[in-house]
Amino acid sequence: MNTINSVKRGAPKARPVLPKISWAWLGVMPFFLFALIFLLYPSSNLALRSFQDTNTHAFTLGNFVHLLQNPGLINAYWTSIKISLVTSVGGGIFGFFLAYSAIRGGLPRFMRTSLMTFCGVASNFAGIPLAFAFIALLSPSGVLTGWLMALGYNPYFHGFQLYTFWGLSMVYMYFQFPLMVLVIAPAIDGLRREWLEAAENLGASTFQYWRYVALPILLPSILGTMILLFGNSFGAFATAQALTGGSINLVTIRIGAQLRGDVLGDAGLGYALAFGMVFVMAAAIIGYTSLQRQSERWLR
Amino acid sequence: MKRGGKVWSWFWMILGILYFFLPLVATFLFSLRAKKGILSFLAYSELFKDSSFIKGFSYSILWGFLTIIVGILIFVPTAYWVRLRVPQFRTAVEFITLLPFVIPAIVFVFGLVRTFSQPPFLIVDSPLLLVAGYTVLSMPYMYRSIDTGLRSIDVQTLTEAGQSLGAGWGTILFRIILPNIRVAILSGAFLSFAIVIGEYILAQYLAKPAFAPYLAYLIQQKAYEPAAATIISFALTWACMGIINLFGRGQEGQIAGGH
Repeated sequence: MNTINSVKRGAPKARPVLPKISWAWLGVMPFFLFALIFLLYPSSNLALRSFQDTNTHAFTLGNFVHLLQNPGLINAYWTSIKISLVTSVGGGIFGFFLAYSAIRGGLPRFMRTSLMTFCGVASNFAGIPLAFAFIALLSPSGVLTGWLMALGYNPYFHGFQLYTFWGLSMVYMYFQFPLMVLVIAPAIDGLRREWLEAAENLGASTFQYWRYVALPILLPSILGTMILLFGNSFGAFATAQALTGGSINLVTIRIGAQLRGDVLGDAGLGYALAFGMVFVMAAAIIGYTSLQRQSERWLR
Repeated sequence: MKRGGKVWSWFWMILGILYFFLPLVATFLFSLRAKKGILSFLAYSELFKDSSFIKGFSYSILWGFLTIIVGILIFVPTAYWVRLRVPQFRTAVEFITLLPFVIPAIVFVFGLVRTFSQPPFLIVDSPLLLVAGYTVLSMPYMYRSIDTGLRSIDVQTLTEAGQSLGAGWGTILFRIILPNIRVAILSGAFLSFAIVIGEYILAQYLAKPAFAPYLAYLIQQKAYEPAAATIISFALTWACMGIINLFGRGQEGQIAGGH
């Protein structure tokens, strides 16, 4: 930062110039102060405590060792990762087909605009109201359950459960695939029509066009967005809490319980649990940005 | 892929429409069932008679407004100044504004509660902390909208024009820059508003009255009133998004809140 003008050399008679300091950086200080107090300090506090012994405050990796030795908590991570994988891949594929259909599928133009609006709403319609909407739809006394029963089919006699893993995955899909549509749409827009025409002129089949042209170009965007979706569901809490009443073993649910009272009986373990979550999220975001950068090579 | 492709397009579209609307239709039908045997709006009138619904709802609206005001006061001058004078801070500022994506809301509130419930910062009971927390949660959307807005105007020229006519910084910011990016600010503001209205985690764990914790409580107690409340909250989200679309065509950044 060239904030200080150095005194000119080779001019011995010149009066000593007071270093001129630019105060421009002061303008962004309110922001940094705000971020420091309400975001950086609390977060680093959490991270710090996960490396501290609860009693002696000495540095330790013990909390993470305890975490790895606790089958219940490992299981929580595993369930969270599984549900995030299922809904990011499922929501990603569904969202991609939907976006491609609306943008390049030969549907009327208004379908695209309405799809984008719907997706803007749906990706923001989450948490408690979303959980209840699915309770109204598919709980044992739900509307769709009632319709199916009138047709002589009771899903609850066939192993369906709303309040378990697959039920929750279904609910998560409601905010996952719209996010996919919103994020992937610009990439599909960037797919030039000339490429399809060129491929067709050279005698390529539809399969060959996808296999050798479209998919290689879109793949970084698709994978990157799926990683974004992964993080989106990995951090979700309110929906799962409201739907299952906290009975499903997710990391966020465990952190929520730990926050209400030290249910783990070990404060340090709680911090390690939270820190591990940030670690997974950070890895996901880094994966997303690097893939996004790759896809910019073609799509501009 | 001409003909077959179109059939598939319709297939995916219809599947998407079903996924989108079925839960809403179900919730709406459910909300009409409060009176046995007939459809009625009883659940809605019961809901509006419930003083804790009114309380939770109006508090959420209040939190939403405060979040928007604090957000504008902090992020507009920052984004403006970064563009005009201190571009070397751009990376740092953008990194911080994206942090809420990396730190899940539940972890964030965990940090807030543990940090601010003991000396030297004993402010966990203050509504200030809640509004600050909401401002952090809405930061990625708010900051991005504002920055996108600033990119589309000539900040340098507008500032110099203002200065040569003798305007101070306050006048330049709030009477020149702000009106010029009002569409971008509005889209960020409505998105933040939608997020705050539906937000559960912060209000719940900082123990402040708000709509989502009330709804979570109502689900445990009643069957039809939560359906009515869900419909109302959905209508509100819809209204916010509709307004954003109306104002800010082509704006990016309407992506996901706290789940």
